[in-house]
Amino acid sequence: MFRIALWKQEPSPWRAATAWLFVAPFMTIFVVFTAVPAVLALIYSFTDIGVADIRHPLDVDFVSFQTFARVLTNPGFLKSVWTTALFVLIGVPLTMMIGLALAIGLNSGITKLRATYRAAFYLPVITNIVAAAVIWQYAFTLSGPVNSMLEAMGATGPNWLGDPRMAMPTVIMLAVWRNIGTCMVLFLAGLQAIPTDVYEAARIDGASAWRRFSAITLPLLKPATLLVTVLMTVSFMNIFDEPYLVTKGGPLSSTKSVALWVYEQFGQGNIAPAMAGSYVMLAIVVVLGVLQLRLLRAH
Amino acid sequence: MTKPHPALTALLYGLLTIGAVIALLPFAWVLFGAFKTQAEIMSAPGAWLPRSFANLDNFVTLFSERRFGRYMINSLIVSAATVITNVLFATMAGYALAKLEFPGQKMVFGCVLAAMMVPYIALFVPQFFIVVQMGLVNTLTAVVLPMAVMPIGVFIMRQFANSVPDELLEAARLDGAGEFAIFFKIFLPLVGPAIATVAIITFLNSWNYFLWPLIVAQNQDTYTLPVGLAVASQAAKSTDYGLLLAGAIVVLLPVLILFLFLQKYFVQGIAGTGIK
Repeated sequence: MFRIALWKQEPSPWRAATAWLFVAPFMTIFVVFTAVPAVLALIYSFTDIGVADIRHPLDVDFVSFQTFARVLTNPGFLKSVWTTALFVLIGVPLTMMIGLALAIGLNSGITKLRATYRAAFYLPVITNIVAAAVIWQYAFTLSGPVNSMLEAMGATGPNWLGDPRMAMPTVIMLAVWRNIGTCMVLFLAGLQAIPTDVYEAARIDGASAWRRFSAITLPLLKPATLLVTVLMTVSFMNIFDEPYLVTKGGPLSSTKSVALWVYEQFGQGNIAPAMAGSYVMLAIVVVLGVLQLRLLRAH
Repeated sequence: MTKPHPALTALLYGLLTIGAVIALLPFAWVLFGAFKTQAEIMSAPGAWLPRSFANLDNFVTLFSERRFGRYMINSLIVSAATVITNVLFATMAGYALAKLEFPGQKMVFGCVLAAMMVPYIALFVPQFFIVVQMGLVNTLTAVVLPMAVMPIGVFIMRQFANSVPDELLEAARLDGAGEFAIFFKIFLPLVGPAIATVAIITFLNSWNYFLWPLIVAQNQDTYTLPVGLAVASQAAKSTDYGLLLAGAIVVLLPVLILFLFLQKYFVQGIAGTGIK
């Protein structure tokens, strides 16, 4: 068989200049609004910068690790770390399991209405979060539509947003609702990449449905699972919009995530603690991300 | 694949339908609630249907007494500007990353990945400082600038560009075409669907963007729709749900309409970000 020879590009200074010209807009925005802020946040974590220093950000004192020490011993911050952990530990598996179940359902040979179902499950993803939060606040009021629905079924609904034990599940429900579609689409793409004759062969060999799922689908779905796990973990770790808009972190700080804690510190003018707190979270995100990649690659 | 048992198929359809109804319930709540008067919501908070769908008072109030007209114009300006800059700059960067060899290429791609991973919460305070130093607080320019080239767009463009055969570009080069001519005349016409995907993802992100506009827009003249709705919802002392739900519909409608017509590109955009 003939193969068309692939030209190897000759290094050309003109082409390199063109390439740099083409990536220049991205690099400029990246440097000004991502790289420099990331470095600034780290530097300011070691200072006593407050709201009065915003216009003179060079005129601050270095306090070494004092700010970090204050943040890491602050009960409010530690509680927000725990709350964020809950968001991740409950939200991520829940979203992924439902998303996978829907993807498998849509990929199991049905043809009618397939696009309609997919659109219905995907619609929450593109829903504006502020609008969704308004809907949530209205629907989950004490005698609102959700509880009236439960009443019609003979159950008594709780005080969803007023009870510190129920607020967290209510906010998680909103986050899960908005993320399922993304998981579903990614899993669906992964499932469609699995050749169907593998299943045929397994079926002829007498493999049960569960066996086909655990021995074929799950292992071959690994790249998709890896991607979805990382995406969802990052998204739930950074959760801000949902608790900020629906509960403002309450009642009794029961839904206050790290991101929300950082935002509140910023709002109160405690700039240095806000940056130190955000860097603690950045560190956790990086460590967890690397760990997840290693774990999933190893298996 | 062989057809599953008819009973299983029926069960599957049943479960999927129940799931779809649950996923769509919030849209029913907002659609019905937006036509309710405040008195209606106070007297029968659990009722689903409004007394009349002809009651458009909430929408009228939004645009006459509240300033949703202004917010809508701001949102449209921000979205239009971000879509234009992102399509242009992401296409250029994606092409360079996939199809040109240059020193620092790996480093630039590393920056794209890093920008996608960094938690935004670690950036917004210094970003605010920078915008203050630039004297841009309270301008729409400040809302647009940080998202003028989103890394996700560059990433998607690079993925698509990879699938364009090198031979096409190389043949043009042998014919003596310049680098710009190759980009505009050969490459651009081939990546139409990718441009559509990037445009839609950018529109969606910028239309729904919340935290940054909330921080940088400090008076009503520069509020975008989500910021205007959030401020109204926090000021309304959680009672005037009819008005807020009507506001939610105003925010949702443009995206929903686009989604109905361009569903394919939305889904492609998400799926295209990863597995390939």
